[in-house]
Amino acid sequence: MNVLVILIPVSLALGAVGLLACLWTLRHRQYEDLEGDAARILLEEDDGP
Amino acid sequence: MTAFADPHQRTTGAPDPRTFILSVPGMRCAGCMGTVERTLSALPGVAAARVNLGDKQVRVTTLTDAAPLIAALADEGFDAREMDQDVLASDKDTEGRALLTRIGVAAFAMMNVMILSVAVWSGAEEATRALFHWLSAAIALPALAYSGRPFFASALTALRAMRVNMDVPISLAILLAAGMSVHEAWVHGPDAWFDAALSLTLFLLIGRYLDHRTRRAARSAAAALTALEVPRATLVTETGTVVVPTATLAIGDIIRVLPGARVPVDAEVVEGRADLDRSLITGESLPLSATPGTAVAAGETVLTAPLTLRATAVGEDTSLRRMARAVSVAEGARNRHVALADRAARIYAPLVHGLAAAGFLGWFIATGDAHKALLVAVATLIITCPCALGLAVPAVSVAASSRLFRGGMLLKSSTALERLAEVDAIVLDKTGTLTTGSLHLDHLDDEAASVALALAQSSDHPVARAVALALDGTQPATLTDVCEIAGDGITAIWNDRTVRLGRGPTGTELGLPDRPAMTLTPEETLRPGARALIDHARAAHLPVTLLSGDRAGPVRRIAADLGIDDWRAETTPQDKMDLLADRARAGQRVLMVGDGLNDAGALAAAHVSISPASALDAARAASDAVLLGGDLAMVGVALSVARQARRRMLENFGLAATYNAISVPLALAGFATPLMAAIAMSTSSILVVLNALRLRAAR
Repeated sequence: MNVLVILIPVSLALGAVGLLACLWTLRHRQYEDLEGDAARILLEEDDGP
Repeated sequence: MTAFADPHQRTTGAPDPRTFILSVPGMRCAGCMGTVERTLSALPGVAAARVNLGDKQVRVTTLTDAAPLIAALADEGFDAREMDQDVLASDKDTEGRALLTRIGVAAFAMMNVMILSVAVWSGAEEATRALFHWLSAAIALPALAYSGRPFFASALTALRAMRVNMDVPISLAILLAAGMSVHEAWVHGPDAWFDAALSLTLFLLIGRYLDHRTRRAARSAAAALTALEVPRATLVTETGTVVVPTATLAIGDIIRVLPGARVPVDAEVVEGRADLDRSLITGESLPLSATPGTAVAAGETVLTAPLTLRATAVGEDTSLRRMARAVSVAEGARNRHVALADRAARIYAPLVHGLAAAGFLGWFIATGDAHKALLVAVATLIITCPCALGLAVPAVSVAASSRLFRGGMLLKSSTALERLAEVDAIVLDKTGTLTTGSLHLDHLDDEAASVALALAQSSDHPVARAVALALDGTQPATLTDVCEIAGDGITAIWNDRTVRLGRGPTGTELGLPDRPAMTLTPEETLRPGARALIDHARAAHLPVTLLSGDRAGPVRRIAADLGIDDWRAETTPQDKMDLLADRARAGQRVLMVGDGLNDAGALAAAHVSISPASALDAARAASDAVLLGGDLAMVGVALSVARQARRRMLENFGLAATYNAISVPLALAGFATPLMAAIAMSTSSILVVLNALRLRAAR
């Protein structure tokens, strides 16, 4: 059971990384135009954001 | 003049970049998006153009004004409108981001607690189980406190007002589950409900976010249309002209309005002669001729020549604003509509609380064990959680609104969908709603047609434009010395003789040398989709009434053409409003479709109302939905989508009720476990969402 001492913090840390990634995407306005971003990949020219 | 101190004021000096948001409802695909961005970026002065396809808007940073941007998009076939600058300021959507953050936190906490719970369910023993329970508490409690705040706040507000909404049982379930679980961890008990409390919060937050997203999309698009109300005016001063925001105008200011523009405030003509289009204000289809001394109202469009005006009423005192206020009073009645979800909550909340209380009392009397009795009561509250109930309505609204948005209809009000589903009669306005103006030109021979076209092409007058449109494809004659006399017509020299297109005794006349004047009779053509809408109404057994401010002749003709038996002509705005109010008193649920200021009162008095995007602000403000494209058939589609959405909502309530019918007896019997709650909660939520998604394919 001593392995829990390592595994629990690891699992929490992994979860926290996921949460931070989610907050990061939020801060970079990645959910404001889901339709547009999906369509943008079809455009030939690359104007950049 | 008063306007000079205003910080928004622009002079002709070196401009700095400004940001505009244009609403471009015609954008539907990647191709359109590319075209719009490329077109705008290629314009001189434009620094950046970025489309938001979901909102059908483009954000442009430019050194120039918005007008060239709109003109360039019009050349590419996109109808664009400038959005109000105030909307730009409030465009951040902080509420949506906060909800997403809460969802993220709840999901993170739920996943971690679930991992710990799985260990407990698969048989973790004494010390390990207690450790896992305390760990779960350490993760869940702060997460619940943060993520659950929208529910707690709303429940508290409702309770303070002595009301019960859906958030009251939700908050109670979350709080009791958390409290009970802490107690279980404390006494080293077998069951903790932290994961149930968190998944409940997560699913409900998702429902809340979906709801928020639908409303915001509709609101921002509806706000986009307010730009029709001329945010800027050209002020004439001793030193020249400056463009100022309309809000800064004062009574007595001299303003100039160019052909094609709307009059910004109520005013009196000081100089110039021009025709005015007031069809949106009164429903009249013929233009009015304005000369010095004529009073003009805000919202009228100047057609032929520039006018210089003196402002007589500004700001809240303009006729447009007064009308808007009258409308908002009439709207009060409609806002009393109780949303389906709230009606469900009114039945649901007392029922569940009653059951939980009965469970507690029953167990306490039967066994005398207060701890066991409390456990049963809490399990009942959690397992009957309105998870599926919380998603039942928003999931359907999102699917239905996005279906309607793709077809060009924006729902402005959150209950519009439910009210649309209840409609049992339709009232239609004629001018501008069912019909658009055009001219009867079949009797012109080739020679007359080519001269008429050439004359018409040299003017912006609506009649001239209609003539040019009707004769499209004809070879225009070669004219010289074209001269337009405002309010009278156009003359020119053709083959050394004078020809004329203009006002005659009975309508617009075409004058050719050595021939009698030919009258071009105005004729109204039906908007696309008008027939489809009437057919839909007939198939759905909805009675249709035609209500018009126009003369009896044209109204009778259109009514006969469409097969509408019930029509009324020459109605005043008050008549229209009274008729709608009478129908409402008689218990009818009327859908009103109209576009003019004369319809605004009736639109507000109707059970639910729709106006086309070309309608006046006051009319659009009074409506529940705005039709962006010109196709009236979409109104029929909206009615059937709304009815299907209502059916899905009721089915979802049925699903939630079935699930409760199974789980409540188990919970009351004391068999409910946290594992059961976790499985039941997620399956019922997924079922409800899947059922809602069936709407996306709806025709």
